[in-house]
Amino acid sequence: MTHEDAAATLDPALEAELQARFDRMIAAEERIEPRDWMPEGYRRTLVRQIAQHAHSEIIGMQPEGNWITRAPSLRRKAILLAKVQDEAGHGLYLYAAAETLGVDREDLLDLLHTGRQKYSSIFNYPTLTWADMGAIGWLVDGAAIMNQVPLCRCSYGPYGRAMVRICKEESFHQRQGFEILHTLSHGTPEQKAMAQDAVDRFWWPSLMMFGPPDADSPHSAQSMAWGIKRFGNDELRQRFVDMIAPQAQVLGLTLPDPDLRWDEESGHWRFGAIDWSELDRVIRGDGPCNAQRMERRRTAHEEGAWVRESAMAYAAKHAAPSAEAQPAEVAA
Amino acid sequence: MTAPTSPTTTTAGSLDVAGVSRSAAPARPTAAEAPLVSYLLGLGDDALVLAQRLGAWVTRAPQIEEDIALGNIALDLLGQARTLLTYAGEVEGTGRDEDALAFLRDERDFRNVWLVEIPNGDFAVTMARQLLFSAYQCELYAGLLASADATLAGLAAKAVKEVRYHRDHATQWVLRLGDGTPEAHVRMQAALERTWPYVDELFDHDDAAAALPGVAVDPASLRPAWSAYVEDVVGRATLAVPQPTWRSRGGRVGLHSEHLGHLLPEMQHLHRAHPGATW
Amino acid sequence: MTAGSTRSTATTARTPHGWPLWEVFVRARRGLSHQHAGSLHAPDAEMALRNARDVYTRRGEGVSIWVVRSSDVVASSPDEKDPFFDPALDKVYRHPTFYAVPEGVEHL
Repeated sequence: MTHEDAAATLDPALEAELQARFDRMIAAEERIEPRDWMPEGYRRTLVRQIAQHAHSEIIGMQPEGNWITRAPSLRRKAILLAKVQDEAGHGLYLYAAAETLGVDREDLLDLLHTGRQKYSSIFNYPTLTWADMGAIGWLVDGAAIMNQVPLCRCSYGPYGRAMVRICKEESFHQRQGFEILHTLSHGTPEQKAMAQDAVDRFWWPSLMMFGPPDADSPHSAQSMAWGIKRFGNDELRQRFVDMIAPQAQVLGLTLPDPDLRWDEESGHWRFGAIDWSELDRVIRGDGPCNAQRMERRRTAHEEGAWVRESAMAYAAKHAAPSAEAQPAEVAA
Repeated sequence: MTAPTSPTTTTAGSLDVAGVSRSAAPARPTAAEAPLVSYLLGLGDDALVLAQRLGAWVTRAPQIEEDIALGNIALDLLGQARTLLTYAGEVEGTGRDEDALAFLRDERDFRNVWLVEIPNGDFAVTMARQLLFSAYQCELYAGLLASADATLAGLAAKAVKEVRYHRDHATQWVLRLGDGTPEAHVRMQAALERTWPYVDELFDHDDAAAALPGVAVDPASLRPAWSAYVEDVVGRATLAVPQPTWRSRGGRVGLHSEHLGHLLPEMQHLHRAHPGATW
Repeated sequence: MTAGSTRSTATTARTPHGWPLWEVFVRARRGLSHQHAGSLHAPDAEMALRNARDVYTRRGEGVSIWVVRSSDVVASSPDEKDPFFDPALDKVYRHPTFYAVPEGVEHL
């Protein structure tokens, strides 16, 4: 029985009672779990948000995966490989969270592959130099962490738990990005120029990762009321700038914003106006890498179909009446 | 098959795949290199080149779970390569570290076998290559557990657990592709045909190993156990052991397939573009 | 009497075109019980175990893994949640915080 069926057959009095119970739980900051009744809008919002988050992790492997074979030292190669691998893992944790809402990962991937669900536009920017690995770790992962930490307290249990795991694992991602840029900015003049160029290209797109200003963000208020979202886009963006600006000074790199300045009175860094028309263009598909990212993803899926099918055929042939496998003892 | 009369004849021309005999292989860099250094470079380059190949799979795997699995194998191999190259540099004693050895040597100085150079191909080729190579590494590291060289023995103790897992992973997939759908069966058999010509080379005589009794493992001694394992998997997968008409040789003395000449520039260009820089 | 016999929503057997879903339980270290870590897709039990190792124990988070086909998990149904669990909630004497301990008494 699907949720839609359930919703259609509920009598109004029972539905009102269930809604009241749901509202009480949200108000009491209790977690909603998969088998609880929930309003259809809440479920739809979560599916869309978690799926988009998962897609972002999976597509987000590509800009960095682009440099695995070219990393300039073996240590950096190992770190980058581990990081991209983590992103695959994070995508899987999130798809698993979405699946608790009664959707199938295969269907979500289908929505991604046919362009009906989005991923974060930041991953439609190309990674042109090695320094971009630093800028992505420091700025893009920094912004992502700022967005994700509050999600650990999301009202939907499985999403919050996935985020706890992800945030724990991500702690090294931003740090390694900072370390890459620090090494470059204290290296040769060419390396420092490479680092500055990367920061110049990724600064504004990373500010846009927090989404449009709250005033233009129609879904924000409802998500806040449901305890899915905890802080407004503008507040998180400001926190991010406050975190990054002093770190840029330590790096000896400049953020490409002539209006950026410390405001003693408010205790915040003030920054210039964001050119939202650019984000709109990228979201509409006019980014440098949109088509390329989607094609890579679709190709991997299509070219893997015969492998997945063969594994199913093998499983059917060899299905034992009861599971033959013993619990795996992992070598510690 | 023609063998040049002088062992020092080296021309950079293209190599006929089947036409290179061991006696035709001029070793480089020659006599000055200690056997232990050569041996470590051989093992280290095997791991490094295959890690490089597997790293290129990430974001392209048939299922996201498999992206992670291939990444794990690549990371294990990269770790082995770093230990081996670092140690080779120490033994050599001229100040070359893992990066100098990985990024600043040319094709002819790499000592890896041809098997790891084979391009990824489809998933069946990658799994065939992995099965053949990991089964070899399993026997190799099991043998090195008893090495008189403490560093090598220590590495083997860690690596033997890793490569058993790699071998198991490849085994599971060869079974599922060989004994799954008809299409996968055809692809898996083709992948074995593609990779089998590189098997003999794994067990070829190696001057470096021969000069290090008690430290190194004689490659030929690994073959029986390797064959028993791999042929059992191939049989269970309803596949046939190929009978190749040619075989590779010469990787350990720096003679490679043309593929390595494309893999290395991609891996090395950034490092080489900034001489002396730290990363 | 069907309490506890309803398949969970999350695990309704909906795997028309993909690999089935498996629930993963990881024992973090000896002395602890297996805990639910998440789920994944795999064609069969053997591959599920291997995928679970890669996906959920990349940082040495476990010494043992169980995988269970999600469709085999039997869960209590939400409608019966209250009668199913409420009786336990009034047995406050089961919990140590029920008992007043005079100030100054330690290690009780």
